[in-house]
Amino acid sequence: MTAALRFDPIRLPAECEQLRKEVRAFLAEEIAAGTFDPHQPNREDTDAPEFSRKVGARGWLGMTWPKKYGGHERSFLERYVVTEEMRVANAPTRRFFVADRQSGPVLLKYAPENIKMDILPRICRGEVCFAIGMSEPNSGSDLFAAKTRATKTDGGYLINGTKIWTSSAHIADYMIAIFRTSPPTKENRRHGLTQFLVKMKQPGIQVNPIGQITGQFEFNEVVFTDHFLPDDHVLGEVDGAWKQATSELAYERSGPERFLETYYVLTELVRAVGKNPDTRSAEGIGRLVAQVHTMRRMSVSVAGMLQAGKEPVVEASIVKDIGTVWEQQLPHRVRDLAAFVEETATNRETLEHQLSFAIKTAPKLTIQGGTTEVLRGIIARGLGLR
Amino acid sequence: MAESDNIVAETAEKIFADLADAQTINRDGKGAWKAPLWQALTEAGLPLSWVGEECGGSGASLAEGFSVLSVAGRFAVAVPLAETMLAGWLLAQAKISSPDGEMTVAPASPRDRISVNADGTLSGKARGVPFAKSARHIAVLASDAKGSQHIALVEAGKCRIETGLNLGGDQSDTVTLDKAQPATIKPAPFGFGQTQLMLMGGVARSLQIAGALESMLEISVRYSNERVAFEKKISKFQAVQHNLARLAGESAAALAAATSAADAFANATAFNDELFLEAAAAKIRCAEAAEKGSGIAHQVHGAIGFTIEHILHRYSLRALAWRDDFGSESHWAVELGRLVAARGADELWPLVASR
Repeated sequence: MTAALRFDPIRLPAECEQLRKEVRAFLAEEIAAGTFDPHQPNREDTDAPEFSRKVGARGWLGMTWPKKYGGHERSFLERYVVTEEMRVANAPTRRFFVADRQSGPVLLKYAPENIKMDILPRICRGEVCFAIGMSEPNSGSDLFAAKTRATKTDGGYLINGTKIWTSSAHIADYMIAIFRTSPPTKENRRHGLTQFLVKMKQPGIQVNPIGQITGQFEFNEVVFTDHFLPDDHVLGEVDGAWKQATSELAYERSGPERFLETYYVLTELVRAVGKNPDTRSAEGIGRLVAQVHTMRRMSVSVAGMLQAGKEPVVEASIVKDIGTVWEQQLPHRVRDLAAFVEETATNRETLEHQLSFAIKTAPKLTIQGGTTEVLRGIIARGLGLR
Repeated sequence: MAESDNIVAETAEKIFADLADAQTINRDGKGAWKAPLWQALTEAGLPLSWVGEECGGSGASLAEGFSVLSVAGRFAVAVPLAETMLAGWLLAQAKISSPDGEMTVAPASPRDRISVNADGTLSGKARGVPFAKSARHIAVLASDAKGSQHIALVEAGKCRIETGLNLGGDQSDTVTLDKAQPATIKPAPFGFGQTQLMLMGGVARSLQIAGALESMLEISVRYSNERVAFEKKISKFQAVQHNLARLAGESAAALAAATSAADAFANATAFNDELFLEAAAAKIRCAEAAEKGSGIAHQVHGAIGFTIEHILHRYSLRALAWRDDFGSESHWAVELGRLVAARGADELWPLVASR
C-alpha cells in the first residue's frame, strides 16, 4: 500500500486549550482597543509594529525555539493554535509571520552563533520583519534558474541582480535569499546557489513597490547593486542551497494559513443566513464546513508530524494543494449562496465588501509559496511517478 | 489507529489477502469465495468485534474495529462484515447478545422509521438495507408511540425482503416489517436514537470509502507505470501525474476525515456537536472524494478500467455506492448546515477548532 499517505488523527493536548483561551482573550482585548477590525481583511495599514511587540511579549513568537535564543521550547501544536487563532481573527501578523514561521528556523539551523544570538531574540520580541528572496524576473517556480549573483570578494560577497514578488520587502529588516555563487553543473542543475542572510535598508539595495489587483502594495521588486555581504552571512553550504530547501517547505506549506485565507466570508455567510436557513443555504454551508474541518484535521496532523521530528514534505504539499484550491473556490461558493440572502440581513454590506476583496485575493492563493503545478509535481514524485 | 500496532487489523489484512484477492473474486462468477472468507472472519471473531465477551463477541475496542473497516475498504470486501459489526454494536447498546451468522441493521437511511406496536411487534419499511437478503438476523432500532427508542433482534425470516442491488452490485434491499415479532427487544439507553445509529454507520462507510480510494490510488499508480503510450510510460506525462496527485489528495482527505471521525467516536464521552461535526463532515468529504477520486482512477485506466474483467470497478463502484448508505452527503450537509446556523456565526470557529 502507498506508505506516504498517513494523516493520523492528532488530538490537541490540554495545554493547547488553555493557550487558545489566552490567545482569544488577548485578541478580544486588541479588537476592543481598536488595534484591528476582525471584519476587515483588507486593512490599508497591514504593518502593526506595536501589535507585533505585544505578541512577542506574550511569548507567542519563536515558541518552539531554544530558550537561549529567546524561544519558549513549546510544541509545534501550541504554535499551531496561536497561528490559527490569529488567522481566523484577521489579526495583523504581517510583521512577524514569516520570521516566526520560516526565517527563524532557517537561522537556527544554518546561521553562525553570533548571528543567532543577535537576531533570534529580536524575532521573539516581535521587533524584526523578514522577507524571502526566492523569485526573480525569469525564475519563479523554476527556483534553480535564479541568476542574481554573489561574487566572492575580500571578506564577503558582492550581490548584483533583482528579486521580485518579494512580500513585505518594503518593511522588512532582513531577507533570507538565494544567490548564484557558481554556475550549475552538467550533472546537477540545482548546484551553485547559496542561501544568504541580507540586512535590508542598506546601500546597494533598492525596494520598488508593485501594485496588486487587490489594490494593496505588499510585494516588491528588490534590486541589488554591488551590495556587500560579509562571509558570516552565508547560511549553510556554499553552492548547496538545494539541499537545504526541503524541510523549510514542510513548515511553509502545511499551516492554517494555507486554507483559512478567505475563511472570513464563510463566517459572514453564516451570520447573513440567520438561525433558520433554507435547505439550499444549509446544504451549501454544511458542505463548506465539512471541507474546512477536513483541511484543518489534515493540517493539524502535519503539525503533529513536525512535532515528532518528521519531514512530511509530500503530506504538506497535499495540504497546500487542496487547501489553497479550496480557499480559492470558497468566496465563489459563498457568492453563489449569498445570492439568496434576505435584503434585510444586517451584515449584507460587510459580506459584499468581504466577498469583493476575497474574490480579488483568490487568484494568488494557488501561486504564492509554491504553485499548484509545482506541488503536484512534488506529490507525483512522492508517488514514484518521476 | 496505527495499523501496525493493531493485531486485529493485521489479522483482517491477512485474511483478506489470502481469501479476498480482487482478481480471484472478479473471475469467480459463482461467489465460491464467499463462504471460506466468512468462515475465516468468523473464526477470527471479526464480525462481532464490537460485542463484549459477555454478549457473545470478541470485545475489541471501537478503535480496533474501525481499523478493520479501513482494511475492509481497501479490499472492497463484498460480505456483510461492516453490517454485522454495526448490528452487533447496536444490539450491545441494549445489552442484547449477538447470535452467530451474518447480520445487518435497519433502518439504514435517516428517512425511514420502524415503529414498536402496542403489542410489542414491529412495523415499518426500511429501504437500502445492505445485505438484508444474506442476513440471518437484523438489528432494528424502533420507536414506540411515546417516542421512546427500542433496540430489537429480529430473525430475517420474519421480515419481507425485496432484493435490490447497489451501484457495486451488492445487495441493497427493502425490508418490510408487518407486525413482526422480535426475538428480543429492549429499551435503548437514554439519549440513544436514530441520529447516533446513522452517524456510526456513516463513519463505517467513510472508512470503507477512504480504504477503497487508497486502493484506487495504488492500482492507478501501478497501471500508469506499466502502460506505454506515445512511446513512453503514461506516468511520465505531466497531465497524468497531476491527475494522480489530485487522486492522492482526495484519498488523503478522505482518510484524514474518516480516521478523525473514527477517533472522535472511539474516544467520545458524550454525543455532542463536536462529534456530530466529525461524523457528518467525514461522510460529506468522503462522498465527495469518492466522486472525484473514482473519476480520476477511471480516467487514468482508460478503456480497460471500464471492462468487467478489470478489478477497478470493484473499488470505484463500491465507493460510489457507499455514499448512499446511512444518509447521503446531501442529507448530512443540510443537517450540518442547520446545526452551524443554529449555533450562530461566532460559534462556527470554536466548533471547528474544538479538537
